[in-house]
Amino acid sequence: MAFFLLRRIATMLLTALCLTFIVFWLTNLAPNLEKLAKNQGNVRMTDEQVASFLQDRGYAQPLPLKYAQWLGVAPGWVIEGRDGTTRSRCNGALENGVLPEDARSFCGVLQGDWGYSTVFQDGVGSIIATRLGLTGKLMFWVMMVMVPGALIIGVLAGMREGSRTDRSLSTVSIITTATPEYVSGVVFIAVFASTAFGLRWFNGSATSAMENATFENFTLPVMTIALYGMGYIARMTRASMAEVMTAQYIRTARLKGVSFPNIVLKHALRNALIAPFTVIMLQFPWLLNGVVIVETLFNYKGFGWTLVQAAGNNDIELLLGVSVVSVFVVLITQLISDIGYVYLNPRISVS
Amino acid sequence: MTDSYDGPILEIDSLSISFFTRLREIPAVMDFSVKVMPGEAVGLVGESGCGKSTVALGVMQDLGKNGRIVGGSIKFKGRDLGAMSQDELRKIRGSEIAMIYQEPMASLNPAMKIGRQLMEVPMIHRGSSEKEAYARALQVVTDVKLPDPKRILDAYPHQLSGGQQQRIVIAMALMAEPSLLILDEPTTALDVTVEAAVVELVKELGKKYGTSMLFISHNLGLVLETCDRLCVMYSGEAVERGSIKDVFDEMQHPYTQALFQSIPLPGADKNARPLRAIPGNFPLPHERPNGCNFGPRCDYFEAGRCDAGDIKMFDVPGNERHATRCLRFKEIDWQAPMEAGDTTRKSEPGRVVLKMDNLKKYYEVAANALFGKRGDTKVVKANETLSFEARESETLAIVGESGCGKSTFAKVLMGLETATDGQILLDNRNIEATPIEKRDTQTIADVQMVFQNPFDTLNPSMTVGRQIIRALEVFGVGKNDAERRERMLELLDLVKLPRAFAERMPRQLSGGQKQRVGIARAFAGNARIVVADEPVSALDVSVQAAVTDLLMEIQREQKTTLLFISHDLSIVRYLSDRVMVMYLGHVVELGTTDQVFSPPYHPYTEALLSAVPIADTRVTKKHIVLEGDIPSAMNPPPGCPFQTRCRWKSQVADGLCEREVPPLRQLGDGHQVKCHLSDADLASMEPVIQIAAE
Ligand SMILES: Nc1ncnc2c1ncn2[C@@H]1O[C@H](COP(=O)(O)OP(=O)(O)OP(=O)(O)O)[C@@H](O)[C@H]1O
Ligand code: SF4
Ligand code: SF4
Ligand SMILES: [Mg+2]
Repeated sequence: MAFFLLRRIATMLLTALCLTFIVFWLTNLAPNLEKLAKNQGNVRMTDEQVASFLQDRGYAQPLPLKYAQWLGVAPGWVIEGRDGTTRSRCNGALENGVLPEDARSFCGVLQGDWGYSTVFQDGVGSIIATRLGLTGKLMFWVMMVMVPGALIIGVLAGMREGSRTDRSLSTVSIITTATPEYVSGVVFIAVFASTAFGLRWFNGSATSAMENATFENFTLPVMTIALYGMGYIARMTRASMAEVMTAQYIRTARLKGVSFPNIVLKHALRNALIAPFTVIMLQFPWLLNGVVIVETLFNYKGFGWTLVQAAGNNDIELLLGVSVVSVFVVLITQLISDIGYVYLNPRISVS
Repeated sequence: MTDSYDGPILEIDSLSISFFTRLREIPAVMDFSVKVMPGEAVGLVGESGCGKSTVALGVMQDLGKNGRIVGGSIKFKGRDLGAMSQDELRKIRGSEIAMIYQEPMASLNPAMKIGRQLMEVPMIHRGSSEKEAYARALQVVTDVKLPDPKRILDAYPHQLSGGQQQRIVIAMALMAEPSLLILDEPTTALDVTVEAAVVELVKELGKKYGTSMLFISHNLGLVLETCDRLCVMYSGEAVERGSIKDVFDEMQHPYTQALFQSIPLPGADKNARPLRAIPGNFPLPHERPNGCNFGPRCDYFEAGRCDAGDIKMFDVPGNERHATRCLRFKEIDWQAPMEAGDTTRKSEPGRVVLKMDNLKKYYEVAANALFGKRGDTKVVKANETLSFEARESETLAIVGESGCGKSTFAKVLMGLETATDGQILLDNRNIEATPIEKRDTQTIADVQMVFQNPFDTLNPSMTVGRQIIRALEVFGVGKNDAERRERMLELLDLVKLPRAFAERMPRQLSGGQKQRVGIARAFAGNARIVVADEPVSALDVSVQAAVTDLLMEIQREQKTTLLFISHDLSIVRYLSDRVMVMYLGHVVELGTTDQVFSPPYHPYTEALLSAVPIADTRVTKKHIVLEGDIPSAMNPPPGCPFQTRCRWKSQVADGLCEREVPPLRQLGDGHQVKCHLSDADLASMEPVIQIAAE
């Protein structure tokens, strides 16, 4: 088991390294840097001014070196700029050009220093922490609605295959998966939050839910994401349940005298959940997709929204931070999914 | 409970069951009656699809969504099961009537510990506490003779072998000491020696608990060994019913008689006394003829009488509770000697065409596929120093149970795998290291295979004719399409299929017909060596004979060398010239059929012979039950591969069997045995099978 975990974590780190390097490279392409300089300095800078602006702030160093500094495996730059100020990566602009005695020379991700967001004018670490928290809240409610909902629908439908319950529930599941979030979100806003139908039950914006989530302001974003994933998981569960119910051992249980509710709960459920469980966990990365759309649509300033802002403004360090966190979220869910699978399915054992 | 009840335990009276599909009603069982008395074991035999399982499920009242009882009644201890509510039925199921299915693995819940599954039964039916239930489970698991019961109760089904799983299924059925036990082909999935042990156990427990049994099987020999009475079914009806002795020795129905003539009993011989296959095919439930269902295939059919109308069961006078569904049973001379089929002369084996010399095939497998470290591999020795020769027009049988390396050997010969060591000489050319892609067309055409399962080997979307023509193209037979088409039709003639079948799709054929197409394909390039891997074991008894005879006939005409892989010793004895017995990758005995089937035996051959059920009341067998299961090839025992189960082991001095692999010993006339036993011990062996004088 320890070996298995170790291997998984190693993969995770390697993936994160590769991905961040790609993001690093993309954001450090010349046109992107120029845009950054003009954004922060002055829109009407000459090419020369841009070049010296970038040079002074360490952007002109070779790419691998910059990446190593960001990681924290190479000492941060200290550059005496052409404008007279000496700047250092770790300590900002220095008065009289001397590093303080206790100054750190390494300051990268490894030291816990995630950099500074040029858009939000705040430390990347703290931005990500708060935004992730907000998205966490959204996802928590999505999961609370989606997983039990999907499993119940799936089990009810699959328990008696071909019955009327089955047919109606299956139709609903297909409709919900077939509708992408940007369609269902807009439809929900139009139907439940606008004057078009006069049903102003919910809020069309979830901005206020960031501080204080209520039924009114949070239902629509949660439902938009949940419904999309729900149909899919429900269909998986239904198929798996229906298959299990025709298995020989279910017949054995029936002929042993086990009652129908007990057959479903004790004999069928665990076997039927093995397949959907992996799907649920693998849904997670896809849900992050939905999060970007829904957060933008409902103006909920979470992780997805931040990603859109950071990408739109070439906010290098924020983008990098977001990528690292995304990679870890995706890979950790996969890890949980593998461990859970092993737990559910006794035929696979981790020795 | 109605313990004072002393009438029949189960009384099925004119039962009719139909399945309703969108197209039509399928009458699966018609006018079926049988009675099971307390403590009695009744066998139900018949071919696949004749409705045996349907009867069993009818008794359990579990026919699924589309099945319904359309007539008759099923009484259990005098109470009508059909009139009971779901609740009452649930109380009876598992506690008073228990059922055991064919596939043990599939009938155990994979995600539930064995202990839980067993304990559930008394907890539901007797309201036992966990502790009482656990104690009972422990006792029953001990009763079914499983080693280390505590560990087994704590295991998941996949951690047990097939034989152990079947014992657990039996234990589960016995948990509540039912009055009636229904066993639906309980041993079909098991190896012969394991089957023998399970059957022994069922018989013993049946006696111990006084359980009545309904034993469903297609194997007449097995029924003879386990049951007191017997009911033969054909196409949804009971055709003959009576005590084992009456039905086996004084059969009164042409179908029963035909069935006995189509199975290889001792004394049958492919040349002097060939089997007689039942002509024609089993009618589908909706295509049954008027009058007697067996009419179109019956030798005694009399137009105007047999096809006039429904036929009742008639009691056979003189015998107790013996009945038959034949109008003419009194007129038929049952003692008439079996009409001799075409006897043929034994063909002499020609020159050596295939020679194996110290062939070895090892597989390397990762010890733990999912989480194993690198380098952590194990070697599975699938074939260990195989040496033999096969001659032209000779039939060499390769016998052994699962995992003995029969199929691996076939794969190496075919070139699907390459050998690890040793050589295979085909006409003195080495082919052991040439995979099939690199073999020339002639070699491929020369060495062909007939597979066990005719259902998977044909392409379902191509007509039969097209598939044979494809094979001809591959073998480079014929100059143009017209020539190949002609040859294809000849091949259909060869395997005795009507030429019209060329246009049929595989799904329109029966199992036996599909197997014939498989044979036609194998012989398309005039194969000289044909490996037949259990070619008839997936087929029905009455069809087996026809397919076997077909193989023999083609062999005689084409002088083919036939390597016949099988676990069924009866058929091996019937058709082979020489026999090779394998166990865990080793050849333990090799010799002519007579040498192998008479003493001295290798101890494993001896046990194998004793395990095979023989459907003949004259036969007495020596009773040898092997302990335990076949060891896994991943983890073979040290020394002699058979030492974990050998009953002769103690005769060999100072544990030699546990230390050293025995050498292959020559016993004269090419008879070889791999065993440490002394010549005196070997000479002291008695024959296992004895036929009482008539
Ligand atoms: N659920 C079903 N729907 C329709 N037809 C069915 C169904 N179950 C069985 N049948 C048909 O009923 C007939 C009897 O089947 P049954 O399974 O009882 O045969 P069997 O004697 O047990 O055969 P086997 O030896 O292969 O187990 C067959 O023709 C089969 O096709
Ligand atoms: S009734 Fe006629 S056709 Fe049927 S088994 Fe008897 S003799 Fe044969
Ligand atoms: S060598 Fe020993 S253990 Fe092996 S079969 Fe012979 S007597 Fe039995
Ligand atoms: Mg059956």
